[in-house]
Amino acid sequence: MFKIDFSDQKLRAILIQTLVVGVLAYAIFWLVQSTSYNLEKRDYKLGFGFLNDPAGFDISFSPFYSFVATDSHIKVYLVGLANTLLISFVGCIAATFLGFSIGIIRLSSNWLLSRLAYVYVEITRNIPLILQLLFWYALLINLPRLKNSIAFGEAFFLNNRGLNSPQPIFGDDFIYVTIAIILAITVSIVFSRRAKKIQEKTGKQYPLFLINTASILLFPAIVYFIAGSPLEFELPVLIGFNFVGGMKIPPEFMAMFLGLSVYTASFISEIVRAGILSVNKGQIEASRSLGLKQNRIMKLIIIPQAMRVIIPPLTSQFLNLTKNSSLGIAIGYADLVHGFGGITLNITGHAIEVMAIVMSTYLIISLTIAFFMNIYNKSIQMDGR
Amino acid sequence: MKILRISALLALVSFFSAPAIAGTLEDVQARGFVKCGVTTGLLGFAAPDDSGNWKGFDVDVCRAVAAAVFGDSSKVEFTTTTGKTRFPTLASGEIDVLARNTTWTFSRDVDLGFEFIGINYYDGQGFLIPASLGVASATDLDGASVCIQTGTTTELNLADFFRANSISYESIPVETNDEARENLFAGRCDVYTTDASGLAATAAQADNPADWILLPEIISKEPLGPLVRHGDHVWGDIVRWSLNTMIIAEEKGLTSNNLDTKLAMNNDPEIFRLTGKEGEYGAMFGLSNDFGYNIIKQVGNYGEVFERNVGLKTPLKLARGLNAPWTDGGLLYSPPFR
Repeated sequence: MFKIDFSDQKLRAILIQTLVVGVLAYAIFWLVQSTSYNLEKRDYKLGFGFLNDPAGFDISFSPFYSFVATDSHIKVYLVGLANTLLISFVGCIAATFLGFSIGIIRLSSNWLLSRLAYVYVEITRNIPLILQLLFWYALLINLPRLKNSIAFGEAFFLNNRGLNSPQPIFGDDFIYVTIAIILAITVSIVFSRRAKKIQEKTGKQYPLFLINTASILLFPAIVYFIAGSPLEFELPVLIGFNFVGGMKIPPEFMAMFLGLSVYTASFISEIVRAGILSVNKGQIEASRSLGLKQNRIMKLIIIPQAMRVIIPPLTSQFLNLTKNSSLGIAIGYADLVHGFGGITLNITGHAIEVMAIVMSTYLIISLTIAFFMNIYNKSIQMDGR
Repeated sequence: MKILRISALLALVSFFSAPAIAGTLEDVQARGFVKCGVTTGLLGFAAPDDSGNWKGFDVDVCRAVAAAVFGDSSKVEFTTTTGKTRFPTLASGEIDVLARNTTWTFSRDVDLGFEFIGINYYDGQGFLIPASLGVASATDLDGASVCIQTGTTTELNLADFFRANSISYESIPVETNDEARENLFAGRCDVYTTDASGLAATAAQADNPADWILLPEIISKEPLGPLVRHGDHVWGDIVRWSLNTMIIAEEKGLTSNNLDTKLAMNNDPEIFRLTGKEGEYGAMFGLSNDFGYNIIKQVGNYGEVFERNVGLKTPLKLARGLNAPWTDGGLLYSPPFR
């Protein structure tokens, strides 16, 4: 007769795993079953047809599309997605720069500077993000009112409705300038690579930075003037209720930008500090004894090794920032959760479909960021020797 | 064996977590208080006073229901809801009745599966603007920044109004009336639009209410009323007739003060039926027959509730207007109590 021998480790493992998978499958089955039962009972018909209905409401902050109330809910989604990506992108860049600076300052031998960085980190990372967002927003909407805007010349106006700035208007011939810029950058990259090879072979150094900057700045500038200065600026002018013309950054965006980058930067700075401290002290002493200057030690010895430690947790911080951007709803930033996940959901009542779309969108954004960061991470890992 | 036991356990769990379909009235009676959804704070309609007691026009609807069910108008627990959370909160059964300046519309009534039990305030959407801007009409608002509560019918009306008049605006979306007020007073937006009653409440909280004016345009019909979930008609009837009782009481001149003397001196059979002196009307939906008496005695008639919370002697200074009884040229008209 077949007898189960529980002392057999392999068999036990298989049994336990089967059990766990079975329970999990049953739980999912039950969840789906009871949800569909309850939906049916409430006459709730799942479907995505509502996406084509006109939205009926307006979204004012839409820098990439023009949005009107007759547009469909799909467009609401796209506008929200664009705004989410925009704030995440600029937020990640600002947080990275700020975080690296603070992290390095924290390790500075200057007592005052490193204490200040310490205070910054402890304050910003220990106060809930949503409170910081509300703080920035309260600060910004208590700036001077429209009529008393802080003016910087005739071009920039700061008030409690945001920052108005001139808008560049590109003429048709500006395409030549664009081509010139791309050309100049390509040439500099090729030149840099060649110069590096020459340096590796012969030790001869070129003033790379100087040459590259000059070529990237000068060449397009010359083309710009030859093409007849095809760039004009439209200045904002106060007419009636608001500034007309120019570009406008609303306080909701500024508060989000400040809040997200300042908050995340404190975590990044700790990651950077950990990364730098993880580099063996002997490495620094060795490079000093070779006669390298402090900034060369940083650039050539410390940073490349620290990056291996920094990148994986930095990826998590980028993901956090992106997901935290959904807190924009608290201050009325028109992101994905606010417009599509909020107003559309409310008007159409299709909560399940809307939430499924919003959640899978965040999942896809996060996985994409993680994917590219992982590629970068692989590229800087130590080669096996 | 183990698998069998666990799946049996799960089946048991799923059996018990299937929504139990008991009547709302039984639930409320077993619980001992009515759960009522109100705004997060709108002066005159629903706002806690200095000692933390909820006061207001919408609050009194819930108090009337509690007086009808328990004979005690204090047996209410208030839950705050925003424009966005109010419907899910009601649908999930977290509250028994929603009394929150909610506009009765077709899709909310039919598609969302709610039952509006009547109209307790006839309102319309208006615009509140600083007098110093010198704007005389909403059609002069071209280019203005407008504060608007998201997830409301007013948001859609606003878009329609500006489109119909071919003028533009910048919408400043906010979640609650408090946020809108802060933004408006700070000058983040030029104008705030919501139901005229809500605007009166907002202006009443300004340092100097005279600095704020309502524009003459009323751009929509906003019949506001309490609502309950579809499917429990007994509970719907209880809430409906709690409101109707207050309306009839005003028509008949019954107030919380004169109720007892009127009952002693009067021979009007409808008053007797309303207060439970005659007939078994309360028993028809499982309440005591004097539920009407309790409502009028403890909460008052519609006119009393109106004047006490939002009337001319309050900071809101709202006139009765459409909300007068039909006998005074208003729209309040309850079916007869018989």
